[in-house]
Amino acid sequence: MTAQAATPTLRSQAPYLAWRSVIRTIRQPIVIVPPLVFPLFLLAINASGLSAATNIPNFPTDSYLAFALAFPFMQGSIFATNTAGTNVAQDIGSGFFNRLALTPMSGRSLLVGQLTGVLLIGTLQAVAFLTAGLAAGASIQSGVLGALVLFVLSLCIAAAFGAIGLFAGLRTGSAEAVQGLFPLMFILLFLSSATLPRDLIASDWYRTVATINPVSYLIEGLRSLIITGWDFEALALGFGVAIAIFVVAIWGSTVALRNRMVRT
Amino acid sequence: MTRRARYLAVVRTVAWRNLHSVIRAPALLLPMLAFPLFFYMAFAGGLSAVGSLPGFDYYNYDAFQFVFVLLQSAAFGGVFIGFSIGADFDSGFTRRLLLAAHDRSAVIVGFGVAALIRAAFVWAVVFGIALATGMEVGGDGIELAGLIGLAVIVNVAAFLFAAGMMTRLRTLQAAPAMQLPLFMILMTAPIYVPRNLLEGWISSVAQVNPFTAIVEAGRSLMAGDPFHVLLAFAAAAGFAALLSIFAIRGLRKAEAAG
Repeated sequence: MTAQAATPTLRSQAPYLAWRSVIRTIRQPIVIVPPLVFPLFLLAINASGLSAATNIPNFPTDSYLAFALAFPFMQGSIFATNTAGTNVAQDIGSGFFNRLALTPMSGRSLLVGQLTGVLLIGTLQAVAFLTAGLAAGASIQSGVLGALVLFVLSLCIAAAFGAIGLFAGLRTGSAEAVQGLFPLMFILLFLSSATLPRDLIASDWYRTVATINPVSYLIEGLRSLIITGWDFEALALGFGVAIAIFVVAIWGSTVALRNRMVRT
Repeated sequence: MTRRARYLAVVRTVAWRNLHSVIRAPALLLPMLAFPLFFYMAFAGGLSAVGSLPGFDYYNYDAFQFVFVLLQSAAFGGVFIGFSIGADFDSGFTRRLLLAAHDRSAVIVGFGVAALIRAAFVWAVVFGIALATGMEVGGDGIELAGLIGLAVIVNVAAFLFAAGMMTRLRTLQAAPAMQLPLFMILMTAPIYVPRNLLEGWISSVAQVNPFTAIVEAGRSLMAGDPFHVLLAFAAAAGFAALLSIFAIRGLRKAEAAG
């Protein structure tokens, strides 16, 4: 038997852990329902409560619903942080990780597997938010192909935030600590260009914070497909920021995992 | 010791115990303090351009948002103390308190006093920061006192709701049952713009939402141009009166449950 055959590959290991992650997610309605319901509720309130904002000179669209439709995608991704982080912290707390450490499982397989459940929720969210938005009267300026790119970008963002959750869960091993990230993520979301375009934010300090906040570029990437059409600069920034967050968070998770799974 | 003195002693002890736990673990106060500050920053800072819309006739967008945030923190301050009641039920402490107190309503009143003191601390901090960051106050001292009075009644009403829920459900896990209805009522009031600029379904809901009258009266007091203040006080006090019955009946259920 060759060494390669004796060492299980990512392809052979990851599906088992991915399947476990999917089943675990499906069995917890509390993990699926709030990330679908809360963003839609806030979208309904904001779209209606702030519709007068479209009368601000130079507002980029005449539908606040279309403008705000990117908001639930981002909010849903924040829930991904919690889901991924809490699941991994529970695995550590229950001793599942210690048992895995006795097997020849690779760290990469574990990370890919854990993120699968997050991507499942991300897919459900993207379908639900887009369907609700279209049903309520929004339209996608970039067309059907744009809707597909919107799906891909939203999944990239969900994976990026899920990876942050993985890092927090692996680093702390505490579900409470992961839950503590939620308000911080929520603050990042609100201190962005989520409610008004950056050039229309009147407060200087707020505009500065929104400009250095990476969440602004994620939202603007998603939003460009809905209200502008094909804005390649906004898309490049959106995908670029999502991929950068994902790479940094996965690197951090890999290091944290290596430290945690020291084999004896 | 008279009956009244015994009652007050229980109120004082329960209130002090709760405040003492917050002093020893400031993390308990952090959500109460951080959320109003954050909402004030996010709404007043991020949406200030909305204040220049045609038909937006309020004198200052910071002050417009401050009133909502003040009343929101009053409501959530009342509900957050419900977490303490739930946690004490989970640990069995509330049951021992109910056994020890001659008049058990004193235990609930004690939690209510703690809720009010905690909320007053939050208001002082939020008000100080709002003034320091340039919020203009249009009303005089009496009108501001009216605004604070309104916030106090909202705090008491929210606390009575939380106490009623927790004495019925008797576990911290029931926290969403306290938060969600309150969240729905608060968020369907005119938060971002005055009622005349609301469009769609939220315009109809805000029209019949009693919290709308409270927020609008609060904003008019802040501006120094009182409007429908009696209606707002009546709505808030009416809610508090109804919820006090809800809380007392909840206490009876908790007593019956043993």
